[in-house]
Amino acid sequence: MKIGEVAKLLNAEVLCCEDRLDTEIHTACGSDMMSDVLAYVKDQSVLLTGLLNPQVVRTAEMMDMLCIVFVRGKRPEESVIELAREKGIVLLTTEKRLFVACGILYTHGLGG
Amino acid sequence: MECIRLEYDVDGENFASAGNASESVKRTLKQMGVSPESVRRVAIAMYEGEINMVIHAHGGRAEAEIYPDHIDIYLKDKGPGIADLELAMKAGWSTASENIRSLGFGAGMGLPNMKKYSDEMKVDSVVGVGTTVFLRIRF
Repeated sequence: MKIGEVAKLLNAEVLCCEDRLDTEIHTACGSDMMSDVLAYVKDQSVLLTGLLNPQVVRTAEMMDMLCIVFVRGKRPEESVIELAREKGIVLLTTEKRLFVACGILYTHGLGG
Repeated sequence: MECIRLEYDVDGENFASAGNASESVKRTLKQMGVSPESVRRVAIAMYEGEINMVIHAHGGRAEAEIYPDHIDIYLKDKGPGIADLELAMKAGWSTASENIRSLGFGAGMGLPNMKKYSDEMKVDSVVGVGTTVFLRIRF
C-alpha cells in the first residue's frame, strides 16, 4: 500500500513530505518505547506512536523508516516536523488510538 | 591501516540533539557505499550508545574510525560508571528514571542492543570515574 492510502484509511493529516505519499510500504509497527523499536523492529517502514519528541524521528531515521503516524490526535512541535522534513520522513497525525490505527492498517493488508 | 577518523562531542544537557553523531557516521558510511544492512547496524548500535551517554552520563565523547572492512567506535563518558556490568547487559534491566521512560527510552535494551548489532563489544567502567564502550562492526 502507498503512504497516501495509510493517510486516507486513518483519516490523517499530512504534516510534512507530501511529495512522498506515493511511496510503497509493506509493514508497520506500533510502540511508545523507542528502545523496543530499536530492539525488535526489522524492516518495518511505518512507525505508529503516541510519543512526540525528536528522538522518534531519530529512531525512525536510524531504522530507515519512511513514515511516522502520531496517534490520539497528537501533533509534534515545529522543530520535530522540520527534522522529519530534513530526513524526508512523512509525518501523519490521526485522531485514532494506537490499537485502532494499527488494526485498521493490519486488516487492510499491512504486515507486522 | 589508514582510516577515516570522526570525533564528536555528545551534549549531555540536550536530549533533542542526541543522535547527531550517529547520524553523521551513518551519512558518511552511506556516502562511502557501505551496504545498507551494515550501515543500519552501525547506526543503531552507536545511537543506543549515544542515548546512554545522554541519559546516564551527562554526555561525553564519541569517536569513530572507519576502515575499508569495518568500523571501530569508542564512546567515552565521565558518568557514574556501571556498578554491575553483568546485570546492565541483561535485557530489560535498567536504572533509568520514570522521566527517561516517558521519553521512550530506559527499557533496558541499550547495552543488549549494542551487543546484538555489533561484532565485538567491550565495556570498561569504573564507578565514579566513567565508562568507555568499544564497538567493532564489520561490513
